[in-house]
Amino acid sequence: MNGLRKFQDKIAPTFEKGKGKLGFLHSTFDAFDTFLFVPKTVTHRGSHVRDCVDLKRVMILVVFALLPAMLFGTWNVGYQYAAAHGLDWGFWAQFGHGLLKVIPLYLVSYIVGLAIEFTSAQIRGHEVNEGYLVTGMIIPLIVPVDVPLWMLAIAVAFAVIIGKEVFGGTGMNIWNPALLARAFLFFSYPSAMSGDKVWYADFPNLMGEANNHLVDGFTGATPLANASLDGLAANGYDFMNMFLGTVPGSVGETSVVAILIGAVILLWTGVASWKIMLSSVLGGLAIGYLGYACGSTDLPGYYQLIMGGFMFGTVFMATDPVSSAQTETGKWIYGFLVGALAVTVRLWNPGYPEGMMLAILLMNTFAPLIDNYVIEISTKRRLKRNKIA
Amino acid sequence: MSNNIYLKQGLNIPIEGAAVQSTKKVIKPEVVALKPTDFRGLVPKLLVREGDKVLAGSPVLADKMSQKILFTSPVSGEVIAIVRGEKRKLLEVRIKADETQEYVDFGTRKPSEMTAEEIKEHLLASGLWPALVQRPYGIIANPELKPKAIFASAFSTAPLAANAEYAYRADLEDIQTAINALSKLTDGGFHLSLNGDNYSGTPFHKLENVIMHTFTGKHPAGNVGVQIHHISPIMKGETVWTVSMPMLAAIGRLFNTGKYNVKRKVAVTGPAAVSPAYVEGFPGMAMKDIAEFCDKNVKTRFISGDVLTGTAVGEEGFLGFFDDQITLIKEGDEYEMFGWAKPFRCSQFSASRAYFSWLSPKKRYNMDTNLHGGVRAFVLSDVYSKVLPMKLFPVHLLKACLANDIDKMEQLGIYEVLPEDFALCEFVCPSKIEIQQIISDGIDLMLKEMA
Repeated sequence: MNGLRKFQDKIAPTFEKGKGKLGFLHSTFDAFDTFLFVPKTVTHRGSHVRDCVDLKRVMILVVFALLPAMLFGTWNVGYQYAAAHGLDWGFWAQFGHGLLKVIPLYLVSYIVGLAIEFTSAQIRGHEVNEGYLVTGMIIPLIVPVDVPLWMLAIAVAFAVIIGKEVFGGTGMNIWNPALLARAFLFFSYPSAMSGDKVWYADFPNLMGEANNHLVDGFTGATPLANASLDGLAANGYDFMNMFLGTVPGSVGETSVVAILIGAVILLWTGVASWKIMLSSVLGGLAIGYLGYACGSTDLPGYYQLIMGGFMFGTVFMATDPVSSAQTETGKWIYGFLVGALAVTVRLWNPGYPEGMMLAILLMNTFAPLIDNYVIEISTKRRLKRNKIA
Repeated sequence: MSNNIYLKQGLNIPIEGAAVQSTKKVIKPEVVALKPTDFRGLVPKLLVREGDKVLAGSPVLADKMSQKILFTSPVSGEVIAIVRGEKRKLLEVRIKADETQEYVDFGTRKPSEMTAEEIKEHLLASGLWPALVQRPYGIIANPELKPKAIFASAFSTAPLAANAEYAYRADLEDIQTAINALSKLTDGGFHLSLNGDNYSGTPFHKLENVIMHTFTGKHPAGNVGVQIHHISPIMKGETVWTVSMPMLAAIGRLFNTGKYNVKRKVAVTGPAAVSPAYVEGFPGMAMKDIAEFCDKNVKTRFISGDVLTGTAVGEEGFLGFFDDQITLIKEGDEYEMFGWAKPFRCSQFSASRAYFSWLSPKKRYNMDTNLHGGVRAFVLSDVYSKVLPMKLFPVHLLKACLANDIDKMEQLGIYEVLPEDFALCEFVCPSKIEIQQIISDGIDLMLKEMA
């Protein structure tokens, strides 16, 4: 332990800004140093003592909350593959297959993303922000497992550079960077992102072979592509397996159970806002039942919550504290509209079976406006109250 | 008790080293200092030279803007040093105290027989006028103005703060005199806020000529700014004055004895203090006088005031004008391996549930001055309002201050706040932003632009 500290202290001068031989790598050295050790910086103005929580801890908690969804998703990749091919695989075989597919996604996500983060921190002479730990964790969970890695790399680069660094890094961005990566893929490479073919590992290759091993009657469509009671039943989807998550879909989004475990961690630690989560669910239910009532769908409103990326978006993406509304009243409005818009797109826009990504990105854009009005109304009310008194 | 105001938001920082209620010694002054830096926005004019003799109550400084406002020596003795900083900014006037203390005689006066103007003149001449703090901005009260009201808090919720009942019980009569005098300076009355948890137990509820309020809640429920926000918020164009308990006692003593006598019980506290207790001291007393409380083997920070809002004055420093507390804490200039990654970090406190301090609510922590992380941009938006019992938008106000946007600052409530009200926001901030400094800079900008 002390040996490592001594080593760090010994090599520190090499990386000193403007002085050491490798001074241009100052931010990189600092990132690793602060990763290993909480720095010895002391307060010099203001409050002399500080809470021991820092952003590294906050971010690692979010990563921790994402783990159940990630582990389940990894297994589900293998499970879906085995189911599609009628293979009689055990749990570990399924999980192992999933790992083979998911690990490359993570490698690409983290290597590309962190490389850009480190470089831009280096250029600006800043400390490396830990925000990408979460973004990099989320991106592989919201893409189809078979997305080509080069596409993912471009999307990650786009999200980090255009989505975050041009605004000034973590805390300054207006859109959720992980969703921006998905949106980039969605609009640039639509064939790799939706349809019936993308949700299974190696699916297109297998379909191309004359003598493929797929089981009879297998279509590969997600529940959302067949969003009616008959459609779901025809593909073998019911409430229970959609709730548990043993259905095809993006890697991390399928299991409501795993996502709810993450939600509990986020809410208990106070990292995510319960107001946004609750109001998003309410918004989704409201429009879901509205559609049910006026005959646009024969699915009861609560089905909207368990299909597709609704829960994942509500729990992990709409609640991003940077890109969501920041006033407490604003959070209710913002969350409600996220849920409502997502289901609206699903029900009334034939072009897009899923609307969560678009709903969140749109509401990210409007979050500052919501805050602005909330504050304006509150200020006016304050002035008025005082005149009466 | 029906109008008790309960404040839900707040945080009591569980730091160890509370002072036991006994007075360990009476400080005999040797070298004391008068510090113009204790007053926000003051441009001081020096009235003495090195070698001059002064009595307790003789003017040493004046306010350049309003030269009626005097600052007087707390002891009788000889001016031995005038300490200046960068750009010759006046930092301290040091006075070596005489063996026996002599006081300027201002004459005993009865506030009930005086007019408001006479009371003002009396306070100005004695050097106790600067005890009145004017809001907005927390500057020295302007004697030309008539404030909307005068406010005082009879309890402090700050970490390890001096217990007002213990420290000022003996001064009850003087405090009453001061209230009688000050209430003549306003039409809005003298508002005194008591601790709702201890309403009947405190001697202060017997005070007369005041409008009583009670507050219950965690820190900062005892901050007078928070109380004003709930009693009668300050709007544009309004001014209110505030005054602290030790200053009320000093003002009362001036009327009752005719002397400038600012003695007060000072709580020596903090995790690095050896057997923390009270001493009888006065503003300007040297930290050397309490050296026996300090463990020589620990690198200690001497704070005049509490850990949230106090000033690090150093071993050679002096107690501030408004402070009745000294906090000693360890400098935390050490690395902590894998600190943030450890699942448990039992010796550290966190108000968030990111760690497990919530499992041991009774525990007191040996805190140090480590920042526990690196400075980042604002990320979490709702941690601040959990410790700020004011209907404000803290993050937006802070961003308006950073952007120097005066209109926005005005709308978002800059008139109602002082840095001390945001101290807990700074404590809990996971991005380690210097929030009090941002507010302070914002107020300085307002002062400059509105002047």
